[in-house]
Amino acid sequence: MKKFSPILLPISLFILLQTLISSGVLNPYWQQIIQFACIITISSLGLNLIYGYTGQFSLGHAAFYGIGAYTSALITKTFPHSGILIFFASLIIAIIIVALVSFLIGLPILRLKSDYLGIATLGFGIIMKVIFDNADAVIPRLGGSRGMGTIPKFTNFTWSFFVTIGTILIIRNFVFSSLGRACISIREDEIASECVGINTTKYKTMGFVIGCVFAGVAGVLYAHLYTFLHPSNFDFLKSIDVLLIVVLGGLGSISGTIIAAVGWTFLLEGLRVLLPPEILDWRLVIYPLLLIVVMILRPKGLGGSIEFKFLKSG
Amino acid sequence: MSYFLQQLINGLQLGFVYALIALGYTMVYGIVRLINFAHGDVFMVGAYIGYFGICYFHLPFPVALAFSMLGCAILGITIERIAYKPLRTAPRIASLITAIGVSLFLEYFTSLKFVFGPNYLAYPRPFKVTTFYLGDVSVSTIQLIVFSVAIILLILLQYFVQKTKMGMAMRAVSFDKETASLMGINIDGVISLTFGIGSALAAAGGVLYGIAYPQINPFMGIMPGLKAFVAAVLGGIGNIPGAVLGAVIMGVVETMSSAFISSTLRDAIAFSILIIVLLWRPSGILGKRETEKV
Amino acid sequence: MTPVLELKGLTKYFGGLKAVSNFDIKIEEGELIGLIGPNGAGKTTIFNLITGIYLPDDGNIILSNESIAGLKPYQIAQKGISRTFQNIRLFNNLTVLDNVRIACHMHANYGLWSAIVRNRIFSREERTIEEKARDILSIFKLESRADEISRNLPYGEQRKLEIVRALANKPKLLLLDEPAAGMNPQEVEKLMELIHFIRERFELTIFLIEHQMKVVMSICKRIAVMDFGEKIAEGSPKEVQNAPQVIEAYLGREC
Repeated sequence: MKKFSPILLPISLFILLQTLISSGVLNPYWQQIIQFACIITISSLGLNLIYGYTGQFSLGHAAFYGIGAYTSALITKTFPHSGILIFFASLIIAIIIVALVSFLIGLPILRLKSDYLGIATLGFGIIMKVIFDNADAVIPRLGGSRGMGTIPKFTNFTWSFFVTIGTILIIRNFVFSSLGRACISIREDEIASECVGINTTKYKTMGFVIGCVFAGVAGVLYAHLYTFLHPSNFDFLKSIDVLLIVVLGGLGSISGTIIAAVGWTFLLEGLRVLLPPEILDWRLVIYPLLLIVVMILRPKGLGGSIEFKFLKSG
Repeated sequence: MSYFLQQLINGLQLGFVYALIALGYTMVYGIVRLINFAHGDVFMVGAYIGYFGICYFHLPFPVALAFSMLGCAILGITIERIAYKPLRTAPRIASLITAIGVSLFLEYFTSLKFVFGPNYLAYPRPFKVTTFYLGDVSVSTIQLIVFSVAIILLILLQYFVQKTKMGMAMRAVSFDKETASLMGINIDGVISLTFGIGSALAAAGGVLYGIAYPQINPFMGIMPGLKAFVAAVLGGIGNIPGAVLGAVIMGVVETMSSAFISSTLRDAIAFSILIIVLLWRPSGILGKRETEKV
Repeated sequence: MTPVLELKGLTKYFGGLKAVSNFDIKIEEGELIGLIGPNGAGKTTIFNLITGIYLPDDGNIILSNESIAGLKPYQIAQKGISRTFQNIRLFNNLTVLDNVRIACHMHANYGLWSAIVRNRIFSREERTIEEKARDILSIFKLESRADEISRNLPYGEQRKLEIVRALANKPKLLLLDEPAAGMNPQEVEKLMELIHFIRERFELTIFLIEHQMKVVMSICKRIAVMDFGEKIAEGSPKEVQNAPQVIEAYLGREC
């Protein structure tokens, strides 16, 4: 069956990059950038599921990223010297917490239509940021607006890479199944979807929770890569970043999202490298200009709805 | 009790500033269904134009205000022509992303050293500030100016929208763009006019904000813009009186929360109220129940 | 004989406006019943009430002796009522095959876990769904178009696809809302043949809203007429055509 050739690509990519890292060709700075690209990809794939596939306009994605980050960091900091096992446990617990919170929030909120849903999720994101800012009043270890530091650095390239591959596989398997089709039908026409027997509330919630869980997973990896968390990392501007990526990649395109996420990370870093230090500030001026130009020229995003062939088969 | 009244007045002051911003959001959304993310940054530019007018050109306050409003009207119309008009037939999300791009551009471009610079600037107060006392409650000249300028502009806007031909054209286009164009209305002109008026009002809001909370910087538009937008939605997006109502509620709730509950939690409280209101009235307080035709 | 569908005293208000008032009808198994009336009479509202999109303010909706008023649309669909819409509501960006596969979802017997790990249950169920979908597409000669994006289909084929999608899960009752809208005379002929074909091939009951009198009068045995939310006449095509209140509703009162 065709199943073998798709596996070859990620394995060879991993071997290539890992070699570059171990041999020192890629210095720690670039190692971190590559891992960050993986993390952003995971988060973006989550939002793509929520918005690109199920059509639910969520502007609060960073909140779940943050919940995953803080939850896992709290656990690994509370039980230091417990090895990789505690990292794994913190990942599981973070997933459960994010799933719970997104489920409870989703239930009332997903009833709202498009723009209003966006605003409600935006509001939720802001509420979470305020909670992050003041969390140290309840649990001092969370740091609040002073930040939370000395988180053990468990994330490495292997973790980042393979969790990303796992994310791609899970989302792609979901999307190309009857449940995934049910979600897509909601995006296409919610009323028609209900009338052909799809329990739209159930599938909207399912898409939302799964998407938020991936944001949480990305947050876990982020916390244990940068080893320092501050609430400003999880404000609504971060939710907007992910939204930009998902739209640029083409709504409802897994490959588009991956390319856009990786491309976005390297664009911002590339500009930092390319521009001479005197005009480094222009980096953040060029970036939105590029955004505007791309949107005007390709309003459907760079990917449209094309998918890599190997993602579709099987 | 007098503390409560004092905070109420402070809240109304904030609410009126938000209202001037919220109107731009609501009018633009009503007419092109766009959430103009860059609107908060137009507010910021308005504050800065007022700053330069007063500090460098020594313009009297009303002139600086008018100048700022004019400048931002032009800015708003230019942005619309360059960035939004090409996307009128594209999926709505594309315009939204472009608006985000414009917003980021305005923020980072103006924070470059040769433009406005990234630092906070202290806003001048080009008139004598006196405080009046009604019992224990104090009202300063600043607050009176904020109230009077805002109210005058709101009355002018209401008159314009309801009683003039152009205003009627605006209402027609926001109701049904295609039919309005078939009736001979110049859609491009009406849209530009809407952006112009909205931006001018935001500019006025910016100048008043600078005078009332006298520190400005290139990123000052983010939170007020967001809150004004939320206010517009709260009142029913596309609905002009709704925007004012929502904004006043936002301003008062924010100030009261800060005064009586906690200053750090005030945003969380304000947005929690938003979510609750939306769940109860999904189209906003005065919003039209947009039922989908099946 | 228990009727397939019974509407008793069905009433719906929108604000102060009475969209449907005290509507009664009994539809027996296998019948083809027409619903006509001037624009705004409330016909689509009846369909929306039956399918659960609106909640009735009064009255009852009974499907084969079971009250379905108050159920959600997807539950009603799962109980065997399918419909088409006045303005075609296909899943525009999806393929013809996917449109039908989605309608088969309610019979898919696997959950999230199976979808993600792709076990044998998943493969088996997916195969069944695809077979079912392709089967029904081929019955209606749409199989060659299976991988086309539905928005690109010609108008007549889109209407057909919408009907095919509604039939995908073997409904008991099929509601057709102005299926002939926007069709030229040849297309209308084909539509009538299609409806005949459906009645022969499938065991179901059809409730049809239509403005084109040629269609209604020739294929429906019994017709109900609505005006201003009320039923003003019911009977055979001949009876209805000659009823003075029907003529008045369409043409206005003689001055």
